[in-house]
Formats: sequence, structure tokens, C-alpha cells
Amino acid sequence: MAALENFVGKRIGNFVREFTGKISSINQKYATPKIKLSGAAKFALLLLEIYLIVLVGLLAYRFWTIIHGGA
Amino acid sequence: MIADNDAGGITTYAATGAKFGYSLIWFLVLLGPVAYFVQEMTVRLGAVTKHGHAEAIFSAFGPFWGWFSLLDLTLVNWLTIITEFIGMTAALSIFGIPPVITVIVVIIVMFGIVLSGRYWTWEKITMAFCLINLIYIPAAFLVHPSVADVLRIGIIPNFPGGFNGTLFFFMMANIGTTIAPWMIFFQQSAVVDKQMKEKDIPWGKFDTIVGALFTIIVAVFVIIVTGTLLYGMDIQSAAQAVHVIMGTHQWVGTLVAIGLFDAGFLGAICIALTSSWAFGEVFGWAHSLNYKVKEAFWFYVFFFFGLITAGAVVLIPGAPLVLITLFVQVVAVTLLPAALIFLIILLNNEEIMGKYRNTLFENIANITIVVFIIVLSTLYGISTVFPNLFG
Repeated sequence: MAALENFVGKRIGNFVREFTGKISSINQKYATPKIKLSGAAKFALLLLEIYLIVLVGLLAYRFWTIIHGGA
Repeated sequence: MIADNDAGGITTYAATGAKFGYSLIWFLVLLGPVAYFVQEMTVRLGAVTKHGHAEAIFSAFGPFWGWFSLLDLTLVNWLTIITEFIGMTAALSIFGIPPVITVIVVIIVMFGIVLSGRYWTWEKITMAFCLINLIYIPAAFLVHPSVADVLRIGIIPNFPGGFNGTLFFFMMANIGTTIAPWMIFFQQSAVVDKQMKEKDIPWGKFDTIVGALFTIIVAVFVIIVTGTLLYGMDIQSAAQAVHVIMGTHQWVGTLVAIGLFDAGFLGAICIALTSSWAFGEVFGWAHSLNYKVKEAFWFYVFFFFGLITAGAVVLIPGAPLVLITLFVQVVAVTLLPAALIFLIILLNNEEIMGKYRNTLFENIANITIVVFIIVLSTLYGISTVFPNLFG
């Protein structure tokens, strides 16, 4: 039984190591964006960031009110 | 593109018809060109870059936006597949088939279709399922609607009962179901898997026009059916509509149930593929329906893992299925604006698109549509979370 646990543990450990390694290599591969963004594109991305922050804030607020028994 | 009329879509159209009769047909007709303009951009981008949308985002905007899009897409797709299974099991329960049998048989059939080993075989089989979607046309003729009423009430733009909160919510719901984030990723990946080249773009556009047309035709006929039989009723799900219709028009109810099952089936198979393609592109796995299982092992594992787990959720006794259905709309609102903005930026980049970049007319049309969709879909998502917001 201990041998089996050891075997499964090693396999899971290897999988996690390979998976995190893969994610790191993806991050490195795409670290530098391949296109040059215009001013308008950068502005659109900034608006998108603000939009997502506000939206996630609203959702978090709603979640908080539900947890605390709000309507 | 016809898969856009998935179980959630049919439910929305059925509820719209029941609530407002034929009054909002004009609005759905207007959504046809909107859907076309958005999807056409994915055809061009896929044919020119030979990359799916997920990979294009990583490549152009870096890992932050890449991971955000990929993980958000995976979550919203998985939740949407659950809603497809809800639709399929509800439809077949009308015929006395238990949900567990529906889920198992559907997954086995999807195994068979996807493992056919050729993209074109898969597309031909799914096209056959798309044709079943047209079942709502004979269903509409069977309920004998007044054609004069359909044209008089449905074609001329009007706001039944004034522009109130309920009407606004339904209009937003129809936009949300016609322009779904997974469609953008799906069509671009499909274009790449189909190995379309720049010279094929006109055919891709034609394909998209036909798809948009079919999508709207099906939506209009669903509205005609429920607008004729259920006008004035509050319908919460397509399954509820089927149950009510079965009481008075058994044949029509049967056709609507078959249509609902078909819509869920098409939606599930396409949406599961969307996630699988996206992960394959980013992780560098072989990711094509042209590969056998041993050649694209992780691609198929990911595909069936999504399907099986989503199907299993529907079978859990007491699972919060209504909450999941609402949650889909909220999560979709975090992804759709991002996917559309990335699309516009990429389509305007000369380095990437060359002579296929957006023209001035396309930019005016596309940016107007994108802003319109973002505003309305955001209001829809927020109104789902804050139901009393619009009265």
C-alpha cells in the first residue's frame, strides 16, 4: 500500500511539475506582445481594465450582500 | 453559427414570444446583421493569421489578457454546457426518457461524431443537426398563426407596453443569446481547423450570412409558435413551454421538444470543442478534428472531460441549476466585451491583417455594434445580479 501511495504521489508530483513548467514556458513565449499597439488600442485596453475592475467590484459587493443576508 | 440557437437561445425566444407575442420579431431580424458583422471578423482573422482567437490574444496582448480570456472562456463554456444538458434532459423527459439515459447516450453519440477523424465529416454531421433546428418552421405552420398579424405586429418596430424594465430585460436577453462569447472563439478556431486561406474569405463570409439568416429564421419561428399558443404567459424555460403546449397541441409540443433537444446537442458539441481548441492552441497540443485520438490525446481528453463533468452536474440531485443558468449570463459579461475589443484591435492592425484589415465602413459598423453589445450585455448581466434595477 505504501509503495502504491509512493508511486501515485510521484506521478502527481511529476504532473504538477510538468504543468507548471508548461505554464512558465507559455508565459515566456508570449511575454512580449507581437504587435505594436496604437494609442487608441492602448486606450481601449485601459477602458477594458477599468470596466472589469468595476464589474468584478459590483459582483463582489452583490456576493457580500447575499452572504450577509441582503436582498 | 446556427449552433448559436442553443438550448438557452431557444428558451429566450420561447419566453419572448410568450411574453410579448409577435411584437419583438423586428428586433430579432435586426440582430441578424449584428451577428453577421461580429462573426465575419472572426472569419477574416482566422483565415489570415491561421490562429484561433485564444492564441491570437496571447500573441498580441501578452499572458495577462491571454490567461484571463482562456480561463474565463473555459468557465463560461463549462457552465453553458450544463445549461445545454438541462435543455436536452428536459426535452427528452417529455417522452419519458430519464435524464441519466439522455446524458449517457448524448455523450456516446458525441464520442462517435467527434472521433470520426475528419473535420469535414464532423461538419457534415453537425449540419444535419442544424437542419433539424428548422423543425420550428412546420411547428409554426401547425399552430395556424395569422400571417397578417405576424407581419402587422412583428415587422414594424414597436415597444409593447412602452419601453419599460421588463421589455428592456428581454431585449438584452435576446442580444446576450445571439452574440455569445464562445461563438467568437468557436468560429475562428473552426476556420483554422478547416484550413481556410485568404482566398476562401468570400466563401467564409457567404457561410456566415447563411448561418446568421438561419439563426434568425429559427428564432422568429420559435416566437411565432409561442406567441400564438402561449401569449401572455410567463415562461421560465423552454421545457415549461413544451409541457404547456403538449397539453393542447401534442404534435407541436413534440416538434418543439425535438427542437430543444437538438439545440442543446448542437450547443454542447460546439461549445466543448471551443474550449478544447482554445487550450490546444495555447498549450501547443495537437488540436484538430483531423487528428486521431492517439495523435491529439489531450485535445480529446479535454473535450470529453468538459462534457462528462457538465453532464454529471445535471444528474446531481438538488443541483442549483437555475442559479447556474443565471451565473452563465454574469460570467459571459466579463468575457464578451474583452473578446470583442480584442477582435476590433486585431482587425485594425496592419501588421497582422495586411490588406484584409477593417475598412472605414467596417470599422464604423463594427465599432458601433460592439459598443451597443457591450453596453446592453453589461446591463443585462448587472440586471441578472440586481433584478430590481430596471423596475
